Amino acid sequence: MNKNIITIMKKEFARFFGDARMVVTALILPGLMIYVVYSFMGVAMKDMFMPSDDHTPVLNAVNFPQSIAKIAPQYGFEVNAVTDTDEIRTQIGNKETDILIVFPEKFDESVESYDTKLSSVKPPNIEIYYNSVNPDSSEAYGLAVSMLDEYEASLSNKFDINRDVVSDLATNEDVMAFSIASLLPFLLTMLMFTGCMSLAPESIAGEKERGTIATILVTPIKRSELAIGKMLSLGVLAFLCGLSSVIGTFVSLPKMMMLDESGIDMNIYGAVDYVLIALIVLSTILMIIAVISIISAFSKTIKEAGTSVTPLMIVVMVVGISSMFGGGAATEITYYLIPLYNSVQAMSGVFSFNYSMTNVLVAIISNVVYACAGGFILTRMFNSEKVIFSR
Amino acid sequence: MPEILRVEGLKKTFTLSAKQQKLEKTRSKTKVAVNDLSFTVNEGEIFGLLGPNGAGKTTTLRMLATLIRPDSGDAFLDGFSVKTQPYEVRKLIGFLTSELKLEEFFTPNYLFDFFANLHNVGRAAREARKAELFATFGIAEFAEVKVANLSTGMKQKVSLALAIIHDPKIIIFDEPTNGLDVLTAKTVTDFLLEQKASGKTIVVSTHIFSLVEKICDRAGIIIDGTMAVCDTLSALTADKSLEDKFFDIYSESVGDEQ
Ligand SMILES: Nc1ncnc2c1ncn2[C@@H]1O[C@H](COP(=O)(O)OP(=O)(O)OP(=O)(O)O)[C@@H](O)[C@H]1O
Ligand SMILES: [Mg+2]
Repeated sequence: MNKNIITIMKKEFARFFGDARMVVTALILPGLMIYVVYSFMGVAMKDMFMPSDDHTPVLNAVNFPQSIAKIAPQYGFEVNAVTDTDEIRTQIGNKETDILIVFPEKFDESVESYDTKLSSVKPPNIEIYYNSVNPDSSEAYGLAVSMLDEYEASLSNKFDINRDVVSDLATNEDVMAFSIASLLPFLLTMLMFTGCMSLAPESIAGEKERGTIATILVTPIKRSELAIGKMLSLGVLAFLCGLSSVIGTFVSLPKMMMLDESGIDMNIYGAVDYVLIALIVLSTILMIIAVISIISAFSKTIKEAGTSVTPLMIVVMVVGISSMFGGGAATEITYYLIPLYNSVQAMSGVFSFNYSMTNVLVAIISNVVYACAGGFILTRMFNSEKVIFSR
Repeated sequence: MPEILRVEGLKKTFTLSAKQQKLEKTRSKTKVAVNDLSFTVNEGEIFGLLGPNGAGKTTTLRMLATLIRPDSGDAFLDGFSVKTQPYEVRKLIGFLTSELKLEEFFTPNYLFDFFANLHNVGRAAREARKAELFATFGIAEFAEVKVANLSTGMKQKVSLALAIIHDPKIIIFDEPTNGLDVLTAKTVTDFLLEQKASGKTIVVSTHIFSLVEKICDRAGIIIDGTMAVCDTLSALTADKSLEDKFFDIYSESVGDEQ
């Protein structure tokens, strides 16, 4: 590689790694923060939404009929026959017990004599009380409803659905790939963008603001060499910052998604998948760096650059979220020419094992082309005294 | 002595922002900073551009250093045009002005190596040059101190050393002694005289008459972007001091306008 480009890159690295504050705030902190926040959220959500594993659901019943008493143990219920409904309802409200079912008197006889076609009165009614804020109660409620539904169905059984078969044919891998495909492209895009955003304004608008770029421009370095050196070094640094966040995400994601200790098994992806993801990420980072560098070069100060880049952040978020909706990755090739959207779709495709190699390659190549165009524009800007000496 | 620098009808107009219009107390949207300026400099001499604040000295030197482009006219340094061969011109010159800042985070030692690389100076030559320049300007003991922690004078001396790493044929200095105490200023002027003795050509801009009298062989007085007079120092100071001469020329040219 060209000597001047290497000189510029070395200086950018020396600047970054020589500054402990920068290394901590841009490199270490994001990963650590993500780990702490996600883990904390995961633990908190588990407490909030997941029923405890070793809890026996308690069913309080009024007028508990014989028929139901026979099947309740199969559902794991511990049954309490009660009469004072008000007290039990208070207990449910206080999360002291799970559910209360009030059967009408002589439930079994009424059901027996009820004819769906001929009876003119309404069928017997069951009331179930529960507490939706208490996960144990919610679970018991769900269990009771399905128990009663099944009992009702068995009374007039004409046919069954899915008796003794596992009907969901999605493999574990598919389920995992599906959840990864919907979440990771968004996360990765955001992390790449924030990584670039924490570096490029400082390096380009900052040098302009401090008047140090002019010192470089009076030496016989080509403007293109300066532009390329800056973009490549910023790209590498942004990649490292992104990597730190990605590691933080992967370590904490199992907790976040409330999976068990085995966590997310990334072995479901092969070498080709990883290479493609790496290429998509790298080309996207270069493209983003080019855009933010150009915005920074137009800005007079770091602060101004930061302000101008922020609206872009919203665009990036919206595009990133697009991977979470819609039926999987887009198939039309023209979508893969749209910067950023192409990366999100390509990543989403690779993560869900459902992509066309042509589309992914089109995305990677178009990103590189956009980055080169950006480099060209940046070179032109470094050549312009209006840009460099604007005040 | 052969001519090494030729300036031909340089002109530079700046567009003024609303804020600048207020500062300059003018309603015109443009400011002609340098207007049809011509002069020549001979090889091996020290040439001084003398003028009051806002005369256009810095603007002229920035055009010579290829940092900004002239609207019209051209300048040739050792035959290379600042308009069409800026890359060649940059190899030829050492340029110093207060607007060129050093990255405060780095040490003089690091910056020296960095700029030596950009100037294509090899390792051995670089170390020899470093030892020489750091000794001349007393930088050696501050070589590993971050620029942010250096005094104003030391910063200026480091900037100066970095500007001439590549031993340029032509040295262009804007206000070389501004903000320096007499001792430091003397180090700088002695250095310029030494460079002249070794055959370099030097162009300085200043509003300090004594500096011109002390070191310049020839000088030009710029007023309002145009060259009022340009001659050898002995001719300029033949009948009166440079300062009195300047007042004469100044009242004459201001009188012309009214
Ligand atoms: N970038 C710019 N935009 C607008 N006006 C400018 C710009 N640079 C210089 N000027 C104007 O051009 C004129 C000449 O400026 P210049 O800096 O060349 O003067 P100078 O002779 O160096 O003065 P000083 O002795 O104060 O340094 C001034 O009126 C200045 O305000
Ligand atoms: Mg000036």
